[in-house]
Amino acid sequence: MEHIRTTKVEQVKLLDRFSTSNKALTGTLYLTATHLLFIDSHQKETWILHHHIASVEKLALTTSGCPLVIQCKNFRIVHFIVPRERDCHDIYNSLLQLSKQAKYEDLYAFSYNPKQNDSERLRGWQLIDLAEEYKRMGVPNSNWQLSDANREYKICETYPRELYVPRIASKPIIVGSSKFRSKGRFPVLSYYHREKEAAVCRCSQPLSGFSARCLEDEHLLQAISKANPVNRYMYVMDTRPKLNAMANRAAGKGYENEDNYSNIRFQFVGIENIHVMRSSLQKLLEVNGTKGLSVNDFYSGLESSGWLRHIKAVMDAAIFLTKVLIEKDWISFGHKFSERCGHLDSDPKEVSPVFTQFLECVWHLTEQFPQAFEFNEAFLLQIHEHIYSCQFGNFLGNCQKEREELKLKEKTYSLWPFLLDDQKKYLNPLYSPKSQAVAVLEPNTVSFNFKFWRNMYHQFDRTLHPRQSVFSIIMNMNEQNKQLENDIKDLESKIKQHKNKQTDGVLTKELLHSVRPESPTLKTSLCFKEQTLLPVNDALRTIEGSNPADNRYSEYAEEFSKSEPAVVSLEYGVARMTC
Amino acid sequence: MEFSELIRTGRAQAELLRGPGAPPLRGTLCVTGHHLLLSPGPQATSDLWLLLLRSVDSIEKRVAGDSGTITLRCKDLRVLQLDIEGVEATLDIARSIEALSSLESVITSFPFFYRPKGLRLGDAWHFHPPEHHYKRVARETNAWRLSEVNEDFSVCPSYPRAVIVPRAVDDDALARSARFRQGGRFPVLSYHHAPSGTVLLRSSQPLTGPQKRRCAEDEELLRAVLAGARPGARGFIVDTRSAQAAKQARMTGGGTEAKAAYPGWKRLHRPMERGRPLQESFVRLVEACGDLEQSMDRWLSRLEGCRWLAHVKEALSTACLAAQGMEREGACILVHGAEGTDSTLLVTSLAQLILDPLSRTMTGFQELVEREWIQAGHPFQLRCAHSAFSHARPKHEAPTFLLFLDCVWQLGRQFPLSLEFGEGLLLALFEHAYASPFGTFLCNSEKERCLCEVRTRTHSLWSGLNQPKEQRKLRNPLYVLNPLAIWPSVEPQSLRLWQGLFLRWTRPPEPSEAAWEKVWQIVTDKEKTEGSQPTVSASEPQP
Repeated sequence: MEHIRTTKVEQVKLLDRFSTSNKALTGTLYLTATHLLFIDSHQKETWILHHHIASVEKLALTTSGCPLVIQCKNFRIVHFIVPRERDCHDIYNSLLQLSKQAKYEDLYAFSYNPKQNDSERLRGWQLIDLAEEYKRMGVPNSNWQLSDANREYKICETYPRELYVPRIASKPIIVGSSKFRSKGRFPVLSYYHREKEAAVCRCSQPLSGFSARCLEDEHLLQAISKANPVNRYMYVMDTRPKLNAMANRAAGKGYENEDNYSNIRFQFVGIENIHVMRSSLQKLLEVNGTKGLSVNDFYSGLESSGWLRHIKAVMDAAIFLTKVLIEKDWISFGHKFSERCGHLDSDPKEVSPVFTQFLECVWHLTEQFPQAFEFNEAFLLQIHEHIYSCQFGNFLGNCQKEREELKLKEKTYSLWPFLLDDQKKYLNPLYSPKSQAVAVLEPNTVSFNFKFWRNMYHQFDRTLHPRQSVFSIIMNMNEQNKQLENDIKDLESKIKQHKNKQTDGVLTKELLHSVRPESPTLKTSLCFKEQTLLPVNDALRTIEGSNPADNRYSEYAEEFSKSEPAVVSLEYGVARMTC
Repeated sequence: MEFSELIRTGRAQAELLRGPGAPPLRGTLCVTGHHLLLSPGPQATSDLWLLLLRSVDSIEKRVAGDSGTITLRCKDLRVLQLDIEGVEATLDIARSIEALSSLESVITSFPFFYRPKGLRLGDAWHFHPPEHHYKRVARETNAWRLSEVNEDFSVCPSYPRAVIVPRAVDDDALARSARFRQGGRFPVLSYHHAPSGTVLLRSSQPLTGPQKRRCAEDEELLRAVLAGARPGARGFIVDTRSAQAAKQARMTGGGTEAKAAYPGWKRLHRPMERGRPLQESFVRLVEACGDLEQSMDRWLSRLEGCRWLAHVKEALSTACLAAQGMEREGACILVHGAEGTDSTLLVTSLAQLILDPLSRTMTGFQELVEREWIQAGHPFQLRCAHSAFSHARPKHEAPTFLLFLDCVWQLGRQFPLSLEFGEGLLLALFEHAYASPFGTFLCNSEKERCLCEVRTRTHSLWSGLNQPKEQRKLRNPLYVLNPLAIWPSVEPQSLRLWQGLFLRWTRPPEPSEAAWEKVWQIVTDKEKTEGSQPTVSASEPQP
């Protein structure tokens, strides 16, 4: 590649931003067309995809070398020290170029080849089918139908081809309404709750300005209201703070005038726009990157960033929405995301905090309802990782039309089959479909239910995390339980065969009996203890990195020895890893 | 004294509201000497409802028309509401509860009357005596001996009868060292860390005073400690006050060890909050947790303002520092603040939990609490007289023990497989420390417990907890022995509010409880299948 000048730099140091300063890993840095790779002296590899890089910064030269700080979109921050300034400069320039690809064709997804043949690739793309998805919701039905109005993307470029609208809404009404809406995004069905016959629709703001109105749009909303015969009223939720909506009127946009729409109630829920969100997240990350952060600074930072406030606003809105939105099977593997991903409606950079927020809201739900979701936290993190990785085609492009133009389905691969292949890793071992028979979660949005999502924003700061994982242990146990049960069945059938062969059945009858797990005498026999299938040591191995030198409390000791130089100094920080 | 004098009215009709999640109860309300009873009508299905009066922290009464409402705020942070028929009855019941819940006398308290089925008096009282601990130390080193210099509590009223001291120091020297330490708390062994051959000691501040007095026996004692440890060992004195506070203590007769007088020992100051500010922090946190309507910003600023998590971080990192000194530096550590009965015990007990795998087992942890808190003279009676709701001006109250439990919970969260006990045990200890039918947390010291004959006349909490039926609540199903030290992260991002305690009564418990039930089920399934595994292989017919 033309951007790469230096492909390999040796004797590079990698600093950990949360452990004591004088402990650094030394290794070799490699630059490839797609990744930045660091291999330390323990042969541990750190891969950084160029597309993940949010910013590269070269700090002032120090005695040990030239520091290079790379911030990634998946919240990883790495701090290298390159011995020679020239190398550092080369890498810096290369990364600047490589991380900002101007053309879609340069993205990793177009060169990524996971060795799938064409039919497998096609199957991956067909894994999630929107029509199928709507069918599951019970649409089309007597009130809702598939509209071909947008077949050629003539009405709205950012909507997909297939749209569901009220049966009584005619094409001229739809066309008329779309002209009255920002970017032509007229109201369409997003989710239909079969049991309650309630529908969730979405659209963009009307181009009402101060006084304009549009009869077709009013008709369309009427039609939607009529398509929900159970409810007398229809609610229109405006996700902006009212002030923003009013301000937009000056630009010829704005919100629906209540007088023109009957039986409709309006509600502003006050979710800030993406620019506020982005700076909020920025602030949050700045606070958390501080070294030697005190508890008070952490919480005041958390407060002033307002991030959790926004999360709460989103959740509150979602709850108001229908209180029925999140239904049991709606959450099962992949479904929900396909919906969202299929309609991501703006540039990935623009939408970024919004999608992260969506994932975080889902995470908060999983925290409140540990048994309701089939997937686990790792799944959410993995999706977040791939939104920015540009490795798969799912998250590329801004709308369905653009995606078709890019021929994503022929040129790139879909993420979902890869996640499904690794399903085991992302399954929630505690998931129980029965316990959620009620189907609707009623999350509690009292402030103290919202927590800082450490595993997202500090995913790569190893020392901050619990050193043992309950999830993986339970997952293993579940796995082994299943395996052992199968073994038992296997052996039981073998014994049965033996029994059939043997003429004298007395002995085997006894044996068969002893296979029962309840058998108390044999349960206590210890002779086979050695053979246990359980990797008991796993539990011990997971204590990786539990080392006092990883943690900040050692620094205080250093300070003390510094302030009283008469006494032998304590060198806690350099204590070697022994465990 | 007769309780009947304090009971104004026998009974009344009432309805009890127990907060979110629990259905209201209707029935006859009745005040007895130690309990508040609500017995539902004969046709009702639910059982008798019982509340220990001792656990009432504050009481609020309101009358309107011909009925009244009493709000009871309990020491375990529960809030109960009683709607009572009759104004007179309401006032009488409120007055009775007020009088009976604040009785000072120890020997008329409920533990002296509590006789549960299935337990025998005197059981488990000898469960964790100092002798037992000494046996373990003696197996590892012979530099220490068990001294009975405090046999009659005359040398130090807040120490138990027997303490572990350097073998080279005789009882007379100990007595003289005791006179040089506040409250007679001379340095004694808290924990011997066999892997590095070092020890953890605790004491109170030396009484150096403005004249910078010295005590030869005290200096000799600390010299003997270093001599008994591995050769070339250094010592660190972790003072839980700031350098300035320690200096100021000289004006009132206290002080710190002078550098020149204790060769080989170096002093480190780690200021930790105690007493009044700690209690206030607790009160403010509980207040914040009771407000369901507040905005996100308000909640975060209150969480910050109460400083509770800052105290947790402080306690954990001081304990880590002490533990690190022992494990990494091979140094001996002496911990003390002023009195040596609060933050000192917090640091020594947490350091043991970090270093010693035995103290992370069910019995080991109970032993630790018994040894490092109860017998070491943490004044439970004074510290836990009131919890967070009391309107009374706090005198000696401080949630030091709760802070310890919170730190243990944080350890458990960061090392979810390394503690044999679960959150249930920590919650139980919190409840029982503030109000309990058992005698374990009564009084302020072993001396007082002897005077009140607590051991012979009350039941021990440990025998109550160690009944088989309690185990599922208290144990951690995922425990695996972890022979290593567990070093927690003390970054603010890694510390979390203990929701299971502070929000226990305000949030619906079902989802998380159901999840734990599932974990238990998986573990039991595993044991079952595993248990049958060898039998299958054993019984497989040989060809």
